[in-house]
Amino acid sequence: MLRVSFTLNGEAVTADVEERTLLVTLIREHFRLTGTHVGCDTSQCGACVVHIDGDSVKSCTVLAAQIEGCEVRTIESVAEGEKLHPMQEAFRENHGLQCGFCTPGMIMSALDLVKHNPDPKEREVREWLEGNLCRCTGYHNIVKSILAGAEAMRGA
Amino acid sequence: MYTFEYLRPATLSEAVGALRHNEDAKLVAGGHTLIPTLKQRLAAPSHVVDLQGLVELRGIEPVPGGVRIGALVRHAEVARSDTVRASIPALAALASRIGDPQVRNRGTLGGSIANADPAADYPAALVALAATVDTDSRRIAADDFFVDLFETALEADEIVTAVEFRAPWRAAYMKFPNPASRYAIVGVMVAQSDAEVRVAVTGAGPCVFRVGDMEQALSKRFVPEAVADIRIPPEGFNSDIHASDEYRAHLVTVMAKRAVAAALA
Repeated sequence: MLRVSFTLNGEAVTADVEERTLLVTLIREHFRLTGTHVGCDTSQCGACVVHIDGDSVKSCTVLAAQIEGCEVRTIESVAEGEKLHPMQEAFRENHGLQCGFCTPGMIMSALDLVKHNPDPKEREVREWLEGNLCRCTGYHNIVKSILAGAEAMRGA
Repeated sequence: MYTFEYLRPATLSEAVGALRHNEDAKLVAGGHTLIPTLKQRLAAPSHVVDLQGLVELRGIEPVPGGVRIGALVRHAEVARSDTVRASIPALAALASRIGDPQVRNRGTLGGSIANADPAADYPAALVALAATVDTDSRRIAADDFFVDLFETALEADEIVTAVEFRAPWRAAYMKFPNPASRYAIVGVMVAQSDAEVRVAVTGAGPCVFRVGDMEQALSKRFVPEAVADIRIPPEGFNSDIHASDEYRAHLVTVMAKRAVAAALA
């Protein structure tokens, strides 16, 4: 066992974990933040995307031990109370989800894209979603949502 | 995943010591090869030695005639680096197409080359750009670094610290990616410098290799047509559900042609 201390959604936290514990397991099972999903568990699908020190990463492919001292943000930190983030609102407005399983990862990925590229073109959005799989929507409305979300964030 | 002990050395010599004292230790940098391997129980290290505390393995800096990139530098950093983009744009472009954005945010240069996956992109860049690999104890030319399938010239207790790339006149990398993993089914990097033309191929065989016939032809005339009729024998190439050896051999010529065209563009 080892102890990890890090910042989770702005709050300093500490947990005792097994060396082999994955970050996604720590987030979901220890801290009970179940918005971060496990889809494939093989670094492909992106349902588990969170931000570590501001960068989107697949939390199924990070050891909890590796995040000592880091700042981790999950989907739960995105809205302000009941008020959805403009990117979340854009997914709702544009029917950017059907079953919703991939949505937390999609939104965490999209926020990282907009950080680097506030005015992405459609092709850039599609390329950026390389690491996020959706089995319902055919991506069309997800791309539309991200473009609308980016636009709303530029206006905000 | 089998259990292991986790170590986080604060210095390079501590990290080397951890490898010397624990025969079955494994290094982790970004973890995007090691962690999936551990999950599949394809590896069972006694210790996982996390290198992230070693600040001397970070950073990208211009050096005379090229650029030096620390072993812990992530693919996304190489892709976005102004230094790399100014000095060797083809290298930044190659890094920008490794895996997906989240993989690029974790995976590192040192981790990729030390693993020497036959379908990884960086080996083609190291060989085509006549790079030098720096370790804790010596410097290794890229031509000597990649030995075979998942095998490098590194000793069991040796750690990659940085890679120095020579800036060519022009270069380009073209890959035919696996649509699921984005690993190269075949990737070809072509680079022309003062001294020579180099053509390095990844994905096709068990290990990155150079194509002498193409290098000679391109030295005479650096145009796509120079390589268009050069066929590569498929013997010894990888053959799997993604592509047969013949198909990979064919792709080498196609990707080489496209890489030359892109280098001239």
